[in-house]
Amino acid sequence: MTSNLHLWLIPILPLIGAAINGFLGKRFSRQVVSTVALTFSGAAFAMALYVASQFSSLSLPHVETVAAWIRAGQFQVDFGFYLDQLSLVMLLVVTGVGFLIHIYSVGYMWEDDGFYRFFAYLNLFMFFMLTLVLANNYLLMFIGWEGVGLASYLLIGFWFVKDSAASAGKKAFITNRVGDFGFLIALFLLIQHFGTLTFADLFQKVSALSPETTGAGLLTAIGLLLMVGAAGKSAQIPLYVWLPDAMEGPTPVSALIHAATMVTAGVYMVARSHAIFERAPQALTVVAIIGTLTALFAATIGITQTDIKKVLAYSTVSQLGYMFIALGVAAFSAGIFHLMTHAFFKGLLFLAAGSVIHAVGGEQDMRKMGGLRTKIPVTFWTMTIATFAIAGIPPLAGFFSKDEILWRAYQASWIYWFIGVFTAFLTSFYMFRLWFMTFFGAYRGDAESSHGHDAHGGHGHGGIHESPKIMLVPLVILAILSIVGGWVGVPGSLGGSNRFDKFLGPVFRSTSPSLNANHAAPGETAPPENETEGTEPQTGHSTELIFTGISVLAGLLGLALAYLFYYQRPELPQRIATSLGGFYEAVKNKYYVDEIYAAIFIKPLIDGSSKVLWKGIDQGLIDTSVNDAADGARDVSDAVRRMQSGNIRSYASWIALGAACVLAYMVWMGTR
Amino acid sequence: MVPLSYYLVLSGILFACGVTGFIIKRNIITIFMSIELMLNGVNLSFVAFAANWKALSGQVFVFFVMVVAAAEAAVGLAIIIAVYRNRETLNVDRVNLLKL
Repeated sequence: MTSNLHLWLIPILPLIGAAINGFLGKRFSRQVVSTVALTFSGAAFAMALYVASQFSSLSLPHVETVAAWIRAGQFQVDFGFYLDQLSLVMLLVVTGVGFLIHIYSVGYMWEDDGFYRFFAYLNLFMFFMLTLVLANNYLLMFIGWEGVGLASYLLIGFWFVKDSAASAGKKAFITNRVGDFGFLIALFLLIQHFGTLTFADLFQKVSALSPETTGAGLLTAIGLLLMVGAAGKSAQIPLYVWLPDAMEGPTPVSALIHAATMVTAGVYMVARSHAIFERAPQALTVVAIIGTLTALFAATIGITQTDIKKVLAYSTVSQLGYMFIALGVAAFSAGIFHLMTHAFFKGLLFLAAGSVIHAVGGEQDMRKMGGLRTKIPVTFWTMTIATFAIAGIPPLAGFFSKDEILWRAYQASWIYWFIGVFTAFLTSFYMFRLWFMTFFGAYRGDAESSHGHDAHGGHGHGGIHESPKIMLVPLVILAILSIVGGWVGVPGSLGGSNRFDKFLGPVFRSTSPSLNANHAAPGETAPPENETEGTEPQTGHSTELIFTGISVLAGLLGLALAYLFYYQRPELPQRIATSLGGFYEAVKNKYYVDEIYAAIFIKPLIDGSSKVLWKGIDQGLIDTSVNDAADGARDVSDAVRRMQSGNIRSYASWIALGAACVLAYMVWMGTR
Repeated sequence: MVPLSYYLVLSGILFACGVTGFIIKRNIITIFMSIELMLNGVNLSFVAFAANWKALSGQVFVFFVMVVAAAEAAVGLAIIIAVYRNRETLNVDRVNLLKL
């Protein structure tokens, strides 16, 4: 198809906004800054909608190359954009949720001195994120990948005068670097063995290879390295540690970057690389195991946290784990489906949490909240919807996506499924714990206190109050999306046809002939649009319905338990915690992972740097040799400079002496 | 006929006087005159050789030396006057602004 959609405009628009606000914003009034930021991010959203409206008339994948970038012999990389079903979903999520969070931020950040800076960074983030999802090759994707890391660093450390925020920013950046390293090595391997990084060419070449079922080979190595990158960006074990700390950033940032979009980049990247992963079953198994462990691990930590944002952060890590379970069992579209619904309800949860924090004057400790239900009704209702959505209560969005993942996981291994369901129960429990602690019971905080832990220094709080409309509108829109967002993927067992799966099907089927063939139906040759991705389970709808019932039950059980613990008998949790003793302490302290990392990696690094590299090599070797060379030169000069007295007559004497010597020599030679 | 060696010895004596004066004297004018003395000592040896070997090139060289000496005297005296105006001294040991 020759039609040109000018896809390059989509990332460039927010960049223009970032440039205007970043360079000139200091002189602008808040109205102008917010107008600029909203205009450009809204324009990107509008472009995305336009692209979506033209989508059915395109031949997919739709590639637009804007300019040549690298030409080195056979190897070439262009500034090109790649649009297919997968990037369209990501595009709409990023621009849509991003735009809503921009609107929300105007209200949330209004009092902050760094207002223009905040929006410049936020737009910059949009630029890089859109580059990431629209890139048509891994290198351009890597630019976006690094760029969102930068934006994330800038926004986590937004209140950089606060020590904890500054170091959280560094922690996020450095942890991400570890992952990026794996990603980069994977790219080198791809260049070396396939000579291209462009998706279309690369996947075509990869498709020609047969799956590495018998032993681990090149594709497994590449897959594992890509997974290292994904684990860094998407906060999976062992690189998840930065995400909870990233909550030091402003709450809209937590919603946009650390819940809805950036952290899902890893999921997107693995899904985009499905052609590689499908041929590396061992890498896929690793992905699934990491996802499963992360989901469970983070959920248990989430139960013990008391900071409202920390609970949500661990919840995000856990939900990302779910997505990786889906990817790991080659149910890519289920993973992307959960990515989308998660963006809605987790974005909403964070924004609502921000609204709560706003209402109680910057307090983030849930133990000092309570009874807010009647005081901030809009926030309460939207948060309720989001909580039910993430808990997997039908018919909200989270139910469908989570159910889809669990069902597909069960088909791969009952262990994934069992841990998944248990995690679903934990998820429901800690989310309703948050819900009950925040909105029910009696208010336990100090209403008049307005010590701004968050952005609200000098806000002049007159008690608990609902947020302004500009913050509530995005909440309501996201709440609606959290309800209806799952309806695009109603599974066959519930009378739907899983349109989402079918929509994404062509992306994941186009290069995946082999892996799913193991348990494929005989009629696999039917046209792709009539098939779901992979195989439609042959076990029948009744089995699937039973599993659906179990996962709903797990969610309700979590609700019931949270109701018992945090509404009816609020003294119970304390007693249980005391009876668990050391284990509870370990979980509460996040299993001491930070401390273990500090002991294993950070301390040796600091010691090695300060004792060996600094004191030993830098001071001992380099400085000493330079100083000694300088001292030696000075000593020699000290001796030699005495000849240069500056006295003309002494020079003349030397000349005369020299001449006399020459003369004597000549006379002596002549007389021989 | 005076033998060549006499001229050469006289030339050497003149040159040695010039060198000695140049080295031991502090007055810049005296130093300047010592330079002239050295030049003339060399000139004497030139003309002596020229006369001895009946070759004109030695005499020509003397003219060159004289011209250079005249030019040198013009420039050198100008410098001496400038130095005296600035420093109010002709002692070379006092003209040491560039010394460390």
